[in-house]
Amino acid sequence: MKHLPSLAARRALAVLAAGTVAAIALAGCSTGGSSDDGGAAAAGDGTFDSVKAALEKGGEITYWSWTPSAEAQVEAFEKAYPNVTVNLVNAGTNNDEYTKLQNAIKAGSGAPDVVQIEYQAFPQFSLTDSFVDLAQYGFADFEDDYTASTWGSVTSGDAIYGLPQDSGPMALFYNKAVFDAAGIAVPTTWDEYYEAAKAIHAANPDAYITNDTGDAGFATSMIWQAGGQPFQTDGTDVTIDLQDAGSKKWTENWNRLVSEGLVAPTSSWSDEWFRGLGDGSIATLIIGAWMPGNLISGAPDGSGDWRVAPMPTYDGTPASAENGGGGQAVTSQSKNPALAAGFLWWLNNSEESIKIFLESGGFPSTTAELSSDEFLSEAPEYFGGQKINEVLADAANNVVKGWNYLPYQVYANSIFGDTVGQSYQNGTDLNEGLTAWQDALVEYGNSQGFSVNK
Amino acid sequence: MALPLARPARRRNDPLNPRKSNILLIVMIVYGLYTLVPLVWLLFSATKTQGGLFSSFGLWFADDFALFDNLAATFTYRDGIFLRWLGNTLLYVVVGAGGATLLATMAGYGLAKYRFPGRRAVFAIVLGAVAVPGTALAVPTFLLFSELGLTNTPWAVIIPSLISPFGLYLIWVFATESVPTELLEAARIDGAGEFRTFFTISLRLLAPGIVTVALFTVVATWNNYFLPLIMLSDPEWYPLTVGLNQWSSQAIGAGSQPIYNLVITGSLLTIIPIVIAFLLLQRFWQSGLTAGSVKQ
Repeated sequence: MKHLPSLAARRALAVLAAGTVAAIALAGCSTGGSSDDGGAAAAGDGTFDSVKAALEKGGEITYWSWTPSAEAQVEAFEKAYPNVTVNLVNAGTNNDEYTKLQNAIKAGSGAPDVVQIEYQAFPQFSLTDSFVDLAQYGFADFEDDYTASTWGSVTSGDAIYGLPQDSGPMALFYNKAVFDAAGIAVPTTWDEYYEAAKAIHAANPDAYITNDTGDAGFATSMIWQAGGQPFQTDGTDVTIDLQDAGSKKWTENWNRLVSEGLVAPTSSWSDEWFRGLGDGSIATLIIGAWMPGNLISGAPDGSGDWRVAPMPTYDGTPASAENGGGGQAVTSQSKNPALAAGFLWWLNNSEESIKIFLESGGFPSTTAELSSDEFLSEAPEYFGGQKINEVLADAANNVVKGWNYLPYQVYANSIFGDTVGQSYQNGTDLNEGLTAWQDALVEYGNSQGFSVNK
Repeated sequence: MALPLARPARRRNDPLNPRKSNILLIVMIVYGLYTLVPLVWLLFSATKTQGGLFSSFGLWFADDFALFDNLAATFTYRDGIFLRWLGNTLLYVVVGAGGATLLATMAGYGLAKYRFPGRRAVFAIVLGAVAVPGTALAVPTFLLFSELGLTNTPWAVIIPSLISPFGLYLIWVFATESVPTELLEAARIDGAGEFRTFFTISLRLLAPGIVTVALFTVVATWNNYFLPLIMLSDPEWYPLTVGLNQWSSQAIGAGSQPIYNLVITGSLLTIIPIVIAFLLLQRFWQSGLTAGSVKQ
């Protein structure tokens, strides 16, 4: 991440932003959690008709998003609903945006009506009543339109805090040319993956099976696949156990790769990373299904070499996890939540919008698209004509159930480097890093008004 | 900035100080490289396409020379948003740094040359303010501005930029040394008002100090990142620093659109004006820094 502002500055932002979370959480509880006493009463009559009426009546809303499809989607929406004006603002990519959103919520004004939010950041805002519960507009009817894991990520009990946009079931992206040259088969289990890692690095000391410098999103997804459930939240009671069976299963697997220097010390999304993906020195990625478009645009040199296979497993039973992905939510500050909900519905539930989203290289969260022939039969040249969506859609069906993120996951991820990252750097036991991470998270959570591990 | 440093190295031949030091020379060469290599890298990298950037050595050209394509693309990407950011930065610098220099000059001069009750308290507060990093005040400032409804407007960047305790302190010290009180008394006896004295006499005597403060505040405002980052959510008001970071962030996550070549070319364009400002004002700046170092 060397192209980003100094880590210290980013961390300061995250700390400051997260510092306000719990205060709001507690305030939210004490006031009985009336999240939308704004204009909701006017339209929130418990049916989807009020949303439709708001769309026809029109108005103006602001939409924060950094996604590449947003511009074309807003344009198409305004065409379909000429009475509505949508001000699209790119308020920053993921964490930058969350900081701004958190600040705006703390300040009581300045938040947009509709906001882009990744699944891992949903609890931080939904738990603090920063988002409108869309169940009042009959959004429960849309449950069947989405995969179970993405729907689970935007809901909490009966409350619906957003609609899923994309999904990122993990798969194994691999550079076939590297595997062919080394004469090894594509790994299906983690043990085979480890053997392949050794073979690739032995054949070419500059080549690695993958890169990993300690990435919170990757680690949590890997724990997810291994069946770990380290984060449990019930109101303000939080339980953190980063030494549960699943977490340990992952560290046992990954420790050998890290300690033996078999993973490239390259940060994801850096220029060096894209270079490695293009020239074969990073041979595989265990990553979300939204990756193909990034490979095509960011590593054009790798064209024709890459393929997709199911994520390696521990025991041969197919298992995957969500990695990244997100949706949109309506903020409690919205003056016209019914209209905002209408835009959100169109954005993530209308054929027209989803089509634009898919064309921009996104991976859907909607079951209709995931099972459509058109989607499944796509065979991009970059992947040697492989029908990659068949593999990726299959991964979506194999996502392990029961995962939850922390209500302060954004902060948690920002300190991952200080704790688990140390284990990566020194090549020491990842369990030590996870324990240090847990200690820091318990302390932080308690200092923020949560009751953690009590 | 490496350039001012080249001078002391050459000055070792000065007859007043003929002693040569090889250690010092090596240290200066290392330091010179340390500061120059990133600039050289930036220059070479700005001539490469994104593909060339990934596949070529950093300190030499790639096979393709794409500097002009990069420049054109930087200025036209997203309807020329780069120009808008450049304009914003200029606005923040002219109004913010200009205003800060003016205020620091007037206040520093006033504190140096007038005796009034509470002067020591002001002195203590200003010195204390120098010690507080702006980053620590960013979020309180945000909440304050939010109350006033000024966030996401240019004022949110300009108003905090207007205050430069360090500049004030510098002018204060400078004015104490370089504006003789006798001269001011003479002006008063000749019938000049305080403002006239300030603008016609003191301002000229303070010129080297003012340039120094201006340089500091211009650089600080030009490079200002954290404050606009949290104050502004609308890219239309971003300065170059925050805008370039947004371009850089495009490479992250699902649906990423890396435009490293534009980030690099944009960075090069961003530092050029500040390099020019330094070169042009270097003379004043150096005399400003050393002024008052010797008691007359």
